[in-house]
Amino acid sequence: MSILETIRTALRALMSNKMRSVLTMLGVVIGVSAVVAMLALGEGTKADIETNIRSLGADVLTVRNGPAQRGAVRAQSVDSLKLEDAEALTAVDNVIAVAPASNGSAQIKRLAGNIGAQVIGVTPAYFQVQKLNIEQGNAITDAQVRGRLHSCVLGANIYNTLFPLGDAIGDHVKIKGLSFQVVGVLESKGSGFSSADDNVLVPITTHMSTLFGRQFVSSITVQVASEDLIDAAKTDVEAFLRMRHRLKPGDDSDFNISSTKDVLEAVGQITGVMTAFLAALAAISLVVGGIGIMNIMLVSVRERTREIGVRMAVGARRRDILLQFLIEAVTVSVLGGLIGLAIGAGGAYGMSKAVGTGFSLPVYAIVLSMVVSLATGVCFGVWPARSASKLDPVEALRYE
Amino acid sequence: MNVIELVNLEKVYHEDMPEIAVHAVNKLNLAISHGEAVGIVGPSGCGKSTLMQLIGCLDRPTRGSYLLENHDVARFGDNELARVRNKSIGFVFQTFNLLARYTALENVMLPLKYSNDPDPKGKSLAALEKVGLANRAHHLPNELSGGQKQRVAIARALVNTPAILLADEPTGALDSRTGAEILDLLLELNSHGSTLIIVTHDLGVARRMKRVVKLRDGRVEADGTPEAVLGAVEAH
Repeated sequence: MSILETIRTALRALMSNKMRSVLTMLGVVIGVSAVVAMLALGEGTKADIETNIRSLGADVLTVRNGPAQRGAVRAQSVDSLKLEDAEALTAVDNVIAVAPASNGSAQIKRLAGNIGAQVIGVTPAYFQVQKLNIEQGNAITDAQVRGRLHSCVLGANIYNTLFPLGDAIGDHVKIKGLSFQVVGVLESKGSGFSSADDNVLVPITTHMSTLFGRQFVSSITVQVASEDLIDAAKTDVEAFLRMRHRLKPGDDSDFNISSTKDVLEAVGQITGVMTAFLAALAAISLVVGGIGIMNIMLVSVRERTREIGVRMAVGARRRDILLQFLIEAVTVSVLGGLIGLAIGAGGAYGMSKAVGTGFSLPVYAIVLSMVVSLATGVCFGVWPARSASKLDPVEALRYE
Repeated sequence: MNVIELVNLEKVYHEDMPEIAVHAVNKLNLAISHGEAVGIVGPSGCGKSTLMQLIGCLDRPTRGSYLLENHDVARFGDNELARVRNKSIGFVFQTFNLLARYTALENVMLPLKYSNDPDPKGKSLAALEKVGLANRAHHLPNELSGGQKQRVAIARALVNTPAILLADEPTGALDSRTGAEILDLLLELNSHGSTLIIVTHDLGVARRMKRVVKLRDGRVEADGTPEAVLGAVEAH
């Protein structure tokens, strides 16, 4: 019998018992839809986080204190980056902006208002490199940095808390008991990966001397002329700083450099593992679905024993009977897989719309769900089909 | 020319356990030539059914040889036996054995589907025509009477133009008038050249054959014309 004819025979058997076929399919439908939903939500979330990180700029390198990370073990941090390093870095090829920053936290007070904030010492380049926009007033200027002035730019949340009535420019706030004049307010970035809304920016010189008494900066952000040059620039910056820090070849660097790409890779790895884990959990229900198919197929073989006998009597080979039942099982599972794919994708889309997380249906999820449902049908259909094909025609014809 | 030649044919069930072993067919010799109409009769347990299964290639003999159109099918494997059943044997069962979900036409087409015939529909319609059921081609078995069902089964049996028509109590599930019609049909097919073998315990059926083979304990007890084997016709 031709394959096409066998498929027709199998479909016919399924159609003659619609309710049972649908219920059998349900296990695979649930399994596949769960797997697809997990993959779609996982990939969507990953894409979301990546967009967030990318918004920080794919064209920047961040230099931090401490030795380069080696595997998962991180040696004790050493402070090594000086403000002069940052100034000198502007000379490196392809570097278009260098923004040193010094981090600290402090209570910010005004009248009865009091809020904890990240106080960051910055230069004008910081605004460009971090892509911060000014809502009111101005950014920190070179003159303020040079003069170690007590000026500050407030993040949107700080501004809203301390100046509920607005009108902050020219007014003063107290940081660590010292009075600072508000020269600007940042545009709100909204909630995100690391929001500038809760920061207070002051001239880096003031930060390092008057406020926190530091010799070293916390980080230096380097903006590169284009995203493509990021790897080359990373090598150049490293070589330049090693030279400035008088490190011998073979010495570990006393700083480390990371690019947005590095962070993206790390995040991709973490979300990938999470997604795979959730999908694997969902796949367990596929196994249950497969067992359901096997169960029904075994019953079906028993019920149709006489039919199998008749088919054998008129010339069906064992192979024909095997294929007939195997194709029935595969049809149930693949059809279930298709329905599951639709439900899973639709469900994940609905959920992402409702909760506001990302949604992305990768091609590999579609292919995977189809392959897995096909494999489920074959794996769990082969035993019942074999038992059907092994029937003795005499016994089968006699079966009541 | 012999269509069927059975030589020292044996079928032993449970041969590995001597205390319960059954010699259903015991060193049986029988030759049937082309175009014959043979009735196989005998008491219950005489080996009728087993012999029918062996002749029908549903089962293999334990020993002995079975030449079907000069091929020793006793040595055939499962796939070859399936092909022999498909090409050379047409079964007619007591309980019809039609597939309930298939129309009359589809039931008749079944053997042709397994032999990948290029024109299953045309041949099946012709076969239904031969049994007088062309107008019922698209009916399901449960829309047909018992006699009509058996006619469909006969059409299915002869659609592949087999070497033998093998009928197992073909009138057993029918009333006597319908049974007689079915028997007439089988004999008419026989008169057109089909070799007909009917296994039956109904002596009335056996008497209408040209030759009767009587079995006892797995062997041929008598073989000849109905009158010779069964005696003169008794008054009904």
